Order: sequence, then C-alpha cells, then structure tokens
Amino acid sequence: MNLTLKVWRQSGPADAGRMVTYKVQDVSPDMSFLEMLDVLNERLIIEGDDPVAFDHDCREGICGMCGMVINGVAHGEQRATTTCQLHMRHFEDGATITIEPWRAAPFPVVKDLVVDRSAFDRIIQAGGFVSVPAGSAPDAHSVPVRKEDADSAFDAATCIGCGACVAACPNGSASLFTAAKITHLSLLPQGQPERVTRAKAMVDQMDAEGFGGCTNTGECTAVCPKGIPLDTIARMNSDYLQANKK
Amino acid sequence: MKFVEGPEIRDTKAPEGPIEERWEKRKFAAKLVNPANKRKLNVIVVGTGLAGGSAAATLGELGYNVKSFCYQDSPRRAHSIAAQGGINAAKNYRGDGDSIYRLFYDTVKGGDFRARESNVYRLAQVSVNIIDQAVAQGVPFAREYGGLLDTRSFGGAQVSRTFYARGQTGQQLLLGAYQALERQVAAGTVEMFTRHEMLDLIVADGRARGIIVRDMVTGEIERHVADAVVLATGGYGNVFFLSTNAKGCNTTAIWRAHERGAYFANPCYTQIHPTCIPVSGEYQSKLTLMSESLRNDGRVWVPLRKGDDRAPGDIPEDERDYYLERIYPAFGNLVPRDIASRAAKNVCDEGRGVGPGGLGVYLDFRDAINRLGRDAVEKKYGNLFEMYERITGENPYDVPMRIYPAVHYTMGGLWVDYDLQSTIPGLFVIGEANFSDHGANRLGASALMQGLADGYFVLPTTIGDYLAAGPFGEVEEEAVAEAEIKVRSRIERLLSVNGTRTPDSFHRELGKLMWDYCGMERTEESLRKALERIPELRKEFWENVKVSGTAEELNQVLEKAGRVADFFDLAELMCLDALVRTESCGGHFRAESQDADGEALRDDENFAHVSAWEYSPERVPVLHKEALEYDYVKMTQRSYK
Amino acid sequence: MASSNGKKAVMAVTGAVMVGFLLLHMLGNLKIFLGRESFNDYAHALRTLLEPIAPYRTVLTILEIVLVASVVLHMWAAISLARRARQARPVKYVAKKSQAGGYATHIMRYGGITIALFVVWHLLDLTFGVVNPKGFDSAPADRMIAGFDLSRWWVTLLYLVAVVMVGLHLRHGVWSAFQTLGWANRARYKALRATASLLSAVLVVGFLAPPLAITFGVVK
Ligand SMILES: Cc1cc2nc3c(=O)[nH]c(=O)nc-3n(C[C@H](O)[C@H](O)[C@H](O)COP(=O)(O)OP(=O)(O)OC[C@H]3O[C@@H](n4cnc5c(N)ncnc54)[C@H](O)[C@@H]3O)c2cc1C
Ligand code: HEM
Ligand code: HEM
Ligand code: SF4
Ligand code: F3S
Ligand code: FES
Repeated sequence: MNLTLKVWRQSGPADAGRMVTYKVQDVSPDMSFLEMLDVLNERLIIEGDDPVAFDHDCREGICGMCGMVINGVAHGEQRATTTCQLHMRHFEDGATITIEPWRAAPFPVVKDLVVDRSAFDRIIQAGGFVSVPAGSAPDAHSVPVRKEDADSAFDAATCIGCGACVAACPNGSASLFTAAKITHLSLLPQGQPERVTRAKAMVDQMDAEGFGGCTNTGECTAVCPKGIPLDTIARMNSDYLQANKK
Repeated sequence: MKFVEGPEIRDTKAPEGPIEERWEKRKFAAKLVNPANKRKLNVIVVGTGLAGGSAAATLGELGYNVKSFCYQDSPRRAHSIAAQGGINAAKNYRGDGDSIYRLFYDTVKGGDFRARESNVYRLAQVSVNIIDQAVAQGVPFAREYGGLLDTRSFGGAQVSRTFYARGQTGQQLLLGAYQALERQVAAGTVEMFTRHEMLDLIVADGRARGIIVRDMVTGEIERHVADAVVLATGGYGNVFFLSTNAKGCNTTAIWRAHERGAYFANPCYTQIHPTCIPVSGEYQSKLTLMSESLRNDGRVWVPLRKGDDRAPGDIPEDERDYYLERIYPAFGNLVPRDIASRAAKNVCDEGRGVGPGGLGVYLDFRDAINRLGRDAVEKKYGNLFEMYERITGENPYDVPMRIYPAVHYTMGGLWVDYDLQSTIPGLFVIGEANFSDHGANRLGASALMQGLADGYFVLPTTIGDYLAAGPFGEVEEEAVAEAEIKVRSRIERLLSVNGTRTPDSFHRELGKLMWDYCGMERTEESLRKALERIPELRKEFWENVKVSGTAEELNQVLEKAGRVADFFDLAELMCLDALVRTESCGGHFRAESQDADGEALRDDENFAHVSAWEYSPERVPVLHKEALEYDYVKMTQRSYK
Repeated sequence: MASSNGKKAVMAVTGAVMVGFLLLHMLGNLKIFLGRESFNDYAHALRTLLEPIAPYRTVLTILEIVLVASVVLHMWAAISLARRARQARPVKYVAKKSQAGGYATHIMRYGGITIALFVVWHLLDLTFGVVNPKGFDSAPADRMIAGFDLSRWWVTLLYLVAVVMVGLHLRHGVWSAFQTLGWANRARYKALRATASLLSAVLVVGFLAPPLAITFGVVK
C-alpha cells in the first residue's frame, strides 16, 4: 500500500505547530498503525529529519500510552481499538490519513503527537483510591461481593486512562474517565466509606484541571477502546449530587 | 569473552532455623526506625510497576520521604499492566489441598531447583496477604455467584490457586498499587517523577546514595540523592528486540547499577512463552502473548510432511502431526512452557512450520468447536479470538490459529540477599529486576505474586533495618559530579557519532542474533559465535549509529540509542553465563545436556548454584557462586512424559 | 453550583420546570378547540388563580417569576458550560468526525438559542401583542386567531420551526436530565430515550395543532 499522511508537527509547547505531508510506500496491510509510523520514522532519521514523536509502550492495547486522532476520530474509526491495535488493512491503498494529537487545554502538546496527560493522575490523587495501608487488610473472604456488582465494577475498572474520551468530547470533558473510576469503586463494598467524598473531590479536580462539562453527547463512549459505558457518568453525577446535599 | 572466578557468596542473610519461622524471625530482628526519624529519611524508588508502585506507596504510608520515578507519562502504565493470566496465592479457599508448603514446593520444582528455599517459602507465606490487600483496595477479582473469590488452576498446577480478573489481572493489580501510590502523592509523602529515565546510580562511601536521571521532556540531567535506592525496573527481555514486553522495557537502570558494583545473577535464564502470535513481517515491532489457557482446548499440530503448503483445512487428519500429544501422551497440549516452546521450535527447524517464514504451528479449535459447540468456545475464549483476529486478520473459528514461542520473562537480574539488598549497601532490587525467587523457570502467575510480595511486604520491613542507621548525611559532591559527567558524556557520544544506521536497526540485528544463538536452544558453538559477533556489532554501533535531534528536547531516538547500547553489554554477559552453565535447566536449554528423549538434563553436581557476576571495566567479569541447598524439598528430574 | 456538574444539575432542574410549564401551556392552548370562550376563560382563570386568597395575578406572577428564573438560570448554565467547553479546546481539530451522530452537540446549543429568540418574538406576539394585529388590549383568543391567520402563514411557519426545535431539544434534554441527575442506568436507557421521544412528540403535536388548525381554517 502507498499512503499520504498529514501529520501534526509541533516541536514543543512554544511552537504553533502545523500539518506536514509525508508519503509512505510499501506499507503492509498486516502492519499496525504504529509500525507504519515506525517505518516513516526510520526513514526520517536517516534523512536527518526529526522523526514524528508519539507515545506508545505496550503495543497491545492495555497500557493506555498510545493515542492519536486519525481522520478525525480518536484512535481511528475501528471501534473498541487503541491506536497500537489498529491495523493497516482497515485503510485503502492510496488513502490520505490525517493524524493529530489529543486536543484539550488540560492536555498540552509536549511534542508532535505527544501530550501531557498528568491531569488524569491528579484526578486520581484527589480521591480515586480506597485508603488501606499495606498489611491492614482483613481476610479477602470476609466481605462477599455480589457477582453482578463485581462484574459491573470490573467493566468500569478496565479504563486504561488513554484520554480518547477527552479528545473526542466536544466539550473536552474528562467525565468518562473520572466516572469510570468513581463507578468502579462505588460499586464495591470496599469503596463505600469514601464514596461521596471521593466523587466530590474527583469532580472538583476535573474542573480545576480545566476540562469541560459533560452535556451527555456520548462521543466518549463511542471512541473508548474499552467501551466504558455511559451510565458510569450517571453514577458519578448521582454520587456527586449526594455529596453536595450533605 | 574471558572471565575469572571470585570468592563464593556464603551469607545470604537468611535466618537459620525452621523454614516456616525464618521470615518471622527476620522481621523481629529487623531494627525499627523511630517514627519521628522517618520523615528525614529519603528513599528513591525507580519503577512504578507492581513491585515499585507497591513499594513506593507502602514506604510513603510508613512515613518515609519517597521519590518515585518512571519513564512513562504515568506510573499506571508500567508493563505489569499487561499481565493477563493471574496471581497465585496459597489461600486454599477451595479446600483442594493447597498450602503454603505446596506453593513453595511447586515453585521450587517449577524453577528446576535453581531458586533459594528461604526466599520462595517467604513468598508463599506472604502470597496470602497480597490477596487480602488487593481486595481491600477494590481490585475486582473474578467472583462466583456466592460472592466469594473465584480461582482457577493455571500453568499445569494441580490445585486451583490462581486468582484472576478476567484476562486483565496485571492491570487491575497495578491500578490498585497505582491508586495507593497516588494517594501518597496527594498526602505529600511521595514525590512523583514521570517521564524521567534513570541513567546512573550514585555510589558514595560504598553506599548507594542516589541516581542521575534525564528529564525526558526537557532533556535536563538531574541529580537526586537519598539514603537508599530501590530499583524496580522490570525485566530485560527486550534484549531480543522481539518479545512480549513493552517497547520501553530496558536494562539500563540495572545495568548501570551493575557497572557500579551490583552483581548480576543468572543473566541467561530466559523464559520463552509458547503461545504468542507469530511474526508477520520484517517490520514487526513486538510480539503479542495469547493466554496460555488456550492450550486447554486447542490442539497443537503441524503438517506431517515437510514443505506442505496446503491450506490447513485441506490437510487430512492422517497427514497432521499432533506432536505434543504424540511425544507427551500424559500431559499432551498442557506440558509446561519451556517444553511446549522447544517442541514448537524443533518441528519448525525440521521445516514443518506454517505461516510466513515457516515460523509457526497451528493451534486448532476445530475439534473443540465440534465437541462443545461454537457458543461454548466463544464464551470461554471469545475475547482472545477477537484479539487474534484484530492482529492477524484471520478468523480462528474458521482457520486454526498460528502460534509461535516468544521471549516473555527474564528470571535473571541483580543479585540480592534475603533482605532484597544488592551487593551495594543501600541498593535494593525488587520485582522482575532482581533474580531472587523463580530459579531457572517461572511458573505462570508467580511474577505478579513476587512483585507485590516484595513491594508491599518484604522490602518495607527489610529496608527499615538498613535505614535505622541513617540518615547518612550529605553525599560527597565528587561522587555525584562524577556520575553526572559520565551520563552527560555518554549522551554526547551517542549524538556525535552521526552515522548511517538507526538505533532500531542495530537493536533488531542484536535481537535476531540473540534469538538464533542464545534463544530457546543454546550450544557451545552458537554461544561462541554470539560472543564473537556481539562485540563487532557493538563496535559498529558506536561508530555508525545515527541519533537525530538534540539532547535538550524530547528525543525518542536518543532514548532508544541509550537502551540499545546497554543491551549490547548485557547480551554479552548473557551469552557468557549461558556458555559457562553447561547444564540444561528450566529456561536455559543447552543442546549438549539432554537425555535420550531430548529432555533437559540438569547437572546438580556442578551447577546447583546461583551465578552472580561482578562487573569489570576490562570486560573480564568475575563469577561468584552461591551454593543452593535443599533441606525441605528433594531435587528430582522433571518429567512430563 | 459553580462546578460543571452543579451547572448541569441546574440545567436539568430548570429544564424540568420548563418542561412542566410547556405541558400545562400545551394543554391550555388545546382549549382553543373548545371555543374562544373556553380559551379566554382559561386565560382568565390563570390570572385569578387562588383568588380571593391571593390578589389578581399573584399566583401567575409567582409562576412567571419561577419561569423567568428558570430560563435565566438555564441559559446562564448553558452559556457558562459552552464557554468552559471552548476554553477546554483552544486548538480545533483539522479533521473531526463525530462517532455518536453529533446530534446532541449540534441541536442543544444552537437549538437553544433559536428557542430563546422565538420566545422573545412569541411574547411580543401573543402576550404583549406588540407584533400582533389585534394589539395588547384584546382577548387572548382573538390575538391567537388573528395571529395565525392564513395571511400570516409565515408566523405559523415560524412557530412550526420553533416547536420542532423544542421537540428536538427535549428529545435529548429530557434523557439528558435523567443522566445528569444520576437516575439513568444501562437497564433504563432504552425506556428513558423512549420517554423523551414520546414526550417531545406529544409536545410538538399538541403545540402545533392550534396554530395549524387556525391557519387552515378549522378553528375560526
Ligand atoms: C504480556 C505479559 C503477560 C504476563 N502475564 C503474567 C501473569 O499472568 N502472571 C504473572 O504472574 N506474571 C505475568 N507476567 C510477568 C509480570 O507481568 C512481570 O514480571 C511483572 O509485572 C514485572 O513487574 P515489575 O514491577 O518488576 O516491573 P514493570 O511492571 O515492568 O515495571 C518497570 C518500571 O520501571 C520503570 N523503568 C524501567 N526502566 C527505567 C529507567 N531506566 N528509568 C526510570 N524508570 C524505569 C518503568 O517505567 C516501570 O514503571 C506477564 C508479562 C508479560 C510481558
Ligand atoms: C423553554 C425552553 C427550554 C426547555 C424546556 C429546555 C429544557 C432543557 C432540558 C430538560 C435540558 C437537559 C438538562 C440536562 O441535560 O441535565 C436542557 C439542556 C440544555 N438546554 Fe435547554 N431548555 C430550554 C431552553 C433552552 C434555551 C433557551 C437554551 C439556550 C440558551 C437551552 C440550552 C440548553 C443546553 C445547551 C442544554 C445542554 C445540553 C445537554 O444537557 O445535553 N435550552 N434543556
Ligand atoms: C405553537 C404554539 C403556541 C401557542 C399557540 C402559544 C400561545 C401562547 C399564548 C396565547 C400566550 C399568552 C397567554 C396569556 O397571555 O395568557 C402564550 C404565552 C407564553 N408562551 Fe406560548 N404558545 C405556543 C408555544 C410556546 C412555546 C413553544 C413556548 C416556549 C418554548 C412558549 C412560551 C410561552 C411563554 C414563556 C409565555 C408567557 C407565559 C406567561 O406570561 O405567563 N409558547 N403562549
Ligand atoms: S474512559 Fe475510555 S477513552 Fe477514556 S481514558 Fe478510559 S479507556 Fe480511554
Ligand atoms: S463525549 Fe463529552 S459530553 Fe459527556 S457524554 Fe462524553 S463527556
Ligand atoms: S501502546 Fe499501550 S495501549 Fe497502545
């Protein structure tokens, strides 16, 4: 396959950035999207150019490090797939592909397609945990958990913190990410004591970071590689309102 | 490569007495740190995987002043996140006869009698607390309808002791540790440094006193000093270029510590996982693991005839070779990892492999689908089939999967004593980065257990014993400056070569060389060839590598080049270690040492020891042996026939 | 209330108030089919509600105040959330493709502004009679029947557009309010969406029936 890539290049936070066009030849349909970029980068290095910087690590869809907006869709149009798991066989020979970084004020561009997602860590710091120092835990069987609750908690807990939800949301909201963690912990007995304080602290932190508010447009779930469901946001809202009632 | 033999290691600091009481004894004997003093004690933890994340969080909870480092943009992304299968613990919730002793026994045997008894026993003891801790944190382990935790048997274990969270156990455990860590960041006890890569260890007055790191965003070289340093930087399987490890996994942190005096133990012990998706082309950047559980229902086969290139469906039953069932009738498709991997390699070497380059064997679900029905198979393996199809574009319901072994885990690592302290006082090493608990072969679901045991329970106790003598005062400027200059000049050197080959192309070549000569099967000849070839390639690297960009920016080529450079040195030591160990054991198979049936043959007489290598700048490493003694298990030859 | 979630809750609650008003308003409007008298009586009754306990127009004024407050708060929240959203994405995408239809994104804000403009016109027309052929000092039913005369077909058209906009706004809005207030969950989504669509449809039909009937001469 031969492709034309339009890639966002930005040398650093101070640079305004621009789209740059590259041609890549002999792309195998079995390549992953990142391997296709590897090929481009190998060439750029040899030519003495700066290769395109992008984040990645596990390359198996679990670490949440990779992510770019491909043809206007976070992680590309293939559903429930991270960028590293997207394969070239889903593109047509001769196609033009635009590649941009996540765009959100709380995710400033570091370089090219690399953005700073530390805002997510700070949202977790605000309360995304159960306070239990090592060694103080009771026996694991002392608190049974309904299987249904454990399963739903798990569905929410699979969030990989990639940030695609923010990238896709027309409001630049981090609601799905935040709600996923709140839901995970709020469905389990272990998460109960801190449930409402957690929701309030995390939502307030999300605001403080400069993310937008959710207007329930559902773009986030549609691109989420882990299919985090939308009702996590309802649960977050419920816990949050409860916190403010008190 | 030459080497010399140095004095044996005699004291590992394991307490004497009955094995069940040793850990209690050690805990009680450990000196305590006055709570008021803890704030004044600084600890650096490099790595935020299960080991480092849990350690930093726990040390923070205890009141130490912790700095935590990782090279990713968030601690949550450490490669522990990728572990699928599960975590072992001797809870005996099933009442199926499991016990601490049995877990201990299975682990020692699985490791082919090359692990330390005291350490493994402690691991089995502590395993129980890990599950309690994780559940209390909200880790959503699989449960049964009664609300209690579900377990399964894994990797051929005869008891059901593996706790799991669908196929994402590592992720859920790591998120638990990560959340605990972030809680301490919020509390101010832990300061987090993401996108920081450790490039050297500061040793002053014979103690580990800090690290030199590069801020990967600005390129700034920073010095961080402390009273103790903990390395939890994971495994080095990426020396093979293609492995199931994340792209960033590296040996840099432990290798530089090795250069500063920490012994490197058993570098040649590498685990090859039998069920990975095979390489599809030259561009391949990493290999993906398919859960071992697939072998419960899938049947492994290759064509009987060499070069048979018919579509699998067109090959009649009597022209197929279900070789695992044929060679190992008792265990069939469920033989342990090392055995299944080697068998696959053998049939491919005979020219009977399938798929691109003949490097693959079929894992066929046809019979399972006929027997159980498509729905039942989908329920069990649906997500794995989907993953396979996503990557290969082939539908495993219609055509058999193709699988091939891939490098997965490294049992070797920095040598540590019972306290997890390396040969440099004040330098502790935990998780996959140390060598301690798995011997020559790791059982499935044991690495997560070890990482968390080290981080939540063992290290926080033993490091206190060391820190009780602290704080250790100012660090002499000379030592810090020396390390910093070394790091800077290395970076400058990499940038100044300005040759014609990318770091990746060197890494690929080194990886291939290691796979061919120091991979699943090693011979004296292949290892000697590798030892000849590696220095040549290293020389070419330092003369012809091309690193674009500058040091003062985010520069992924520079990062890569630095890691590849260290892999060369490590690769050499691995080959040397493999050459010296003329027996076969676990993940280390020397073709010269096999029985009549082609199975691994240990040589307990000469090799029941840990090989701990001391670095030498002249490239004449010093081998220190630590004898392994077994008082609680009997050494036997493994057999799966 | 200053948080984005707080603002959303404000929108949901004020939205609910407005929906309640619209339902009553629609029922009132339908009275036109029972004859001018019935409609005028209803308009009168509105103003004399709870008399003589409360003076003329007290209750109506209170209701109006609640309504105006709702409108103002609703718009305030909508505007500040929109501003927040703009600040959260200072650099736009070169290419952007919606994966959820983009319905809510487009309909809510622009639809809302359309509705607001309509209400202004509507008040000038039927409440204050400023732009109504019958002027302020006329019976409500007269204003209405004159206002939607066939000769003023464009007014009817305007109402048509506006009411459809309201319908679209509420099709997302009602469901959204449940989500915002945390009453939605996976099991209920289908039912909630259906309820929202049904409610919107009822309002659209109910509101459009009188003007269309007048324009086409069914009600004289
Ligand atoms: C695909 C896969 C599946 C697996 N499945 C299982 C399983 O089912 N059960 C099981 O028990 N085990 C499994 N394992 C093994 C297990 O996951 C790992 O051995 C274990 O998670 C390692 O944990 P760790 O904390 O030691 O290191 P890691 O999780 O690898 O963490 C390393 C940390 O060190 C940091 N780091 C590394 N180098 C530097 C540097 N130079 N400077 C700064 N920071 C650095 C990284 O940023 C990272 O935070 C699996 C492994 C793989 C690859
Ligand atoms: C009389 C008219 C109106 C009614 C009945 C109404 C009702 C509602 C309701 C029920 C919601 C859902 C609240 C939630 O999601 O929590 C909503 C949302 C919204 N409304 Fe209105 N509204 C009206 C007028 C307006 C006006 C005039 C504007 C414009 C400024 C507007 C803009 C919005 C916006 C932007 C939303 C957010 C979208 C969302 O929540 O998904 N609305 N409205
Ligand atoms: C198309 C059908 C509609 C008709 C025929 C209609 C008719 C009327 C009439 C006759 C009045 C004056 C009542 C009085 O003064 O007693 C009125 C008031 C009002 N209408 Fe409508 N209306 C329609 C649709 C709407 C819509 C869609 C909205 C809002 C989005 C709306 C909002 C209002 C408001 C806010 C008032 C003022 C109420 C008050 O002052 O108490 N109307 N309408
Ligand atoms: S909710 Fe989905 S899209 Fe958002 S960070 Fe988590 S995994 Fe990524
Ligand atoms: S896309 Fe945005 S508006 Fe809400 S539903 Fe998702 S956060
Ligand atoms: S690289 Fe880890 S999710 Fe894509």
